[in-house]
Amino acid sequence: MTRSSLRVRAVSAALLALAIAGTASACSSKETTTEGGGTYTIWDPYPQFTDDSDWVRLLKECGTSAGVSVERTGYDTTDLTNKALLAAQQGNSPDVLVIDNPVISTLAEAGALTTTDETDLDVSAMEPHLLGAGQRDGRTYGVPIGANTLALYYNKDLLAEAGVDISTVTDWSSLTAALVKVKAAGKKGITFSAIGTEEGSFQFLPWFWGAGAQLTALDSPQAVSALTLWTDWLTAGHAPNSVINNTQTTSWQEFASGDYAFGENGTWQLANAAKLSFEYGIIPIPARAGGTAPAPTGGEFISIPVQGDTGRYAASRQLVACLTSGDNLLTTDTTLSYIAPVAAVQEQQVAANAELGVWVDAVKAAKGRTGDDLGTRYPRISEPLWTAVQSALSGARTPPEALSAAQRAADSATN
Amino acid sequence: MGSHLARTSRSVAVRERDAAARATPPAPPPRRRTGGAGWAAWAFLAPVAGYLLAFYAYPLYRNVELSLREYTVRSFVQGGAPFAGLDNYRQVLAAPTFVPALWHTAVFTVASLLCQFAIGLALALFFHRHFPLSRTLRALFLVPWLLPLIVSASTWSWLLNSEAGLVNAALAAVGVEPVNWLTSPRWSLLSVIIANVWIGIPFNLVVLYSGLQAIPRPLYEAAALDGASGWQRFRWITWPLLRPVSAITLLLGLIYTLKVFDLIWIMTRGGPTDSSTTLATWSYRLGFGNLLPEFGPGAAVGNLLILLAVGAGAVYIGFERRQRLR
Repeated sequence: MTRSSLRVRAVSAALLALAIAGTASACSSKETTTEGGGTYTIWDPYPQFTDDSDWVRLLKECGTSAGVSVERTGYDTTDLTNKALLAAQQGNSPDVLVIDNPVISTLAEAGALTTTDETDLDVSAMEPHLLGAGQRDGRTYGVPIGANTLALYYNKDLLAEAGVDISTVTDWSSLTAALVKVKAAGKKGITFSAIGTEEGSFQFLPWFWGAGAQLTALDSPQAVSALTLWTDWLTAGHAPNSVINNTQTTSWQEFASGDYAFGENGTWQLANAAKLSFEYGIIPIPARAGGTAPAPTGGEFISIPVQGDTGRYAASRQLVACLTSGDNLLTTDTTLSYIAPVAAVQEQQVAANAELGVWVDAVKAAKGRTGDDLGTRYPRISEPLWTAVQSALSGARTPPEALSAAQRAADSATN
Repeated sequence: MGSHLARTSRSVAVRERDAAARATPPAPPPRRRTGGAGWAAWAFLAPVAGYLLAFYAYPLYRNVELSLREYTVRSFVQGGAPFAGLDNYRQVLAAPTFVPALWHTAVFTVASLLCQFAIGLALALFFHRHFPLSRTLRALFLVPWLLPLIVSASTWSWLLNSEAGLVNAALAAVGVEPVNWLTSPRWSLLSVIIANVWIGIPFNLVVLYSGLQAIPRPLYEAAALDGASGWQRFRWITWPLLRPVSAITLLLGLIYTLKVFDLIWIMTRGGPTDSSTTLATWSYRLGFGNLLPEFGPGAAVGNLLILLAVGAGAVYIGFERRQRLR
């Protein structure tokens, strides 16, 4: 190897350093949108649905009835937020965007979404508490396409073996008592997801709200009691240490192994639940003193991003109206394992599948995360909250310390 | 008309050159470079220059610009973000995450580099001996390199799972208490380092092995005749002659390790509670890990990383220059 070639290498290595580090932090891909020609683009967070799925077929049918052809792309949920923001910046937003409900307030803040008044969409049939997540300052930025929320799946065989009567599980103390019995029978208690992302906050909120805590006061005694409940479960071995890194999917896998009595999970697992090797049941997540705890609403909104050419809104409106009209809503929500945002369709769903009753009740008790006028303040509160959950569960801090640190962080981030 | 003009200007140029040549007769004949050839040279350069500008310089410029403005989601989309000077950098440097993230980056990078290099070198020396099946074995060692990162990172997180992981099962078999590899602040950084070392060994192995091939055999034969021991041959022949290759391996490894993000993100998300957060994962979390992105501070952290990488490159060039002067 000659020295001159090394010299070239040195320079190119330095260039490479610049380039690699630069692209690592600045990379962002730009999606191109087909404009005109009667082609309308739809983005959704359901990459699991291929072109021959019911969902995509419904999209195409709605396109046909609106007299346009539909080009649909499915993205990963977290990816879609970034994609939507970048597309708005580049001025090539899709015509119709199906997006996770807490993101609506962010995109609305960015001025990327039209209001339902501008595009003349009818949202009067929607349940007000579900619609709430898509509203800011009295304006509505989309139509809920379906809702999901959290409940407790339980393993009937395992509970019978441990001698637990599920009807006695009505509040935190009876739930913990059941976990003690399960442990005594040599089985594992409960699994959930406490990962350091939005999923972790989503899973913690039913307990947080169920204790009577408010997102505006993360360090309240009620909040501390909720986090203490989780931490004590971990210390006592009722919940596995792996919950700290569990996504909702890995938590489901733990529950599906049959070793766990309870698993906190959502409506979207119903299709997988049918494949379980044991009998399962579902109860609402109990509040601290009994009754159903308000769980956060999940599920997407369908909205019309701002376009340079406002003439496109007419066909987009027809597409949205088609996807959210009575019968189609039933098809959509059955495909997605969601609960409909309209009372009449909910009744149809329960009539078709009585098991959904518990979910309909859970959705009725559920709360939007960005509701209570939090809007874009929610993400600034949620991150300290999941960090507090992580630090208490991993033993880095006690629950009161972790939550008061979280409140300080939320204060400095939201002011 | 165009060609006529060109011809005229060319003949003018030729006349001028001739005049200049007459004025300074003893000067060496000027290199023959007509205007046409200069343009051709630029034309050959243009694709690369355009590529560098579009894909390296512009993103870099955008990243610097992002870090110097106060972006909200609104101004990100609508434009008009106010110039904030170094506010984002100040905010990042004052953040409680900064010192731990910097420390973790340093520990992660240094530990990964040392282990990868030491193990890679040991394996390269081992395979340099050419024994039966050495080619096959060497090829097998490349597997971690070929696997997509998402596969290797997921595999490691299954292996290290506290409840159902193979590593804890193996520890239990020899009577050791289970370790919360990924979920305890004490172990999470070590766990991601172990996984990263495993991924980095093949690269070090391949580059150092090819460096070993380039060392002339007669040197070893002469040393053997002089009665040098194995260690002496390594210390006085292999090590000094391998030094240039080692330096570039370490530099490339450093740049690669500084920006490792996917592995850590998949295994621990930088947690629990920042215990495995490096500058790279922090930058991602600021920019994309929250429902409400903070592009400015995220870009600022990214730029600090670039400075670190450039600093390392400068140290390398300095090292190279010193070597050459010797």
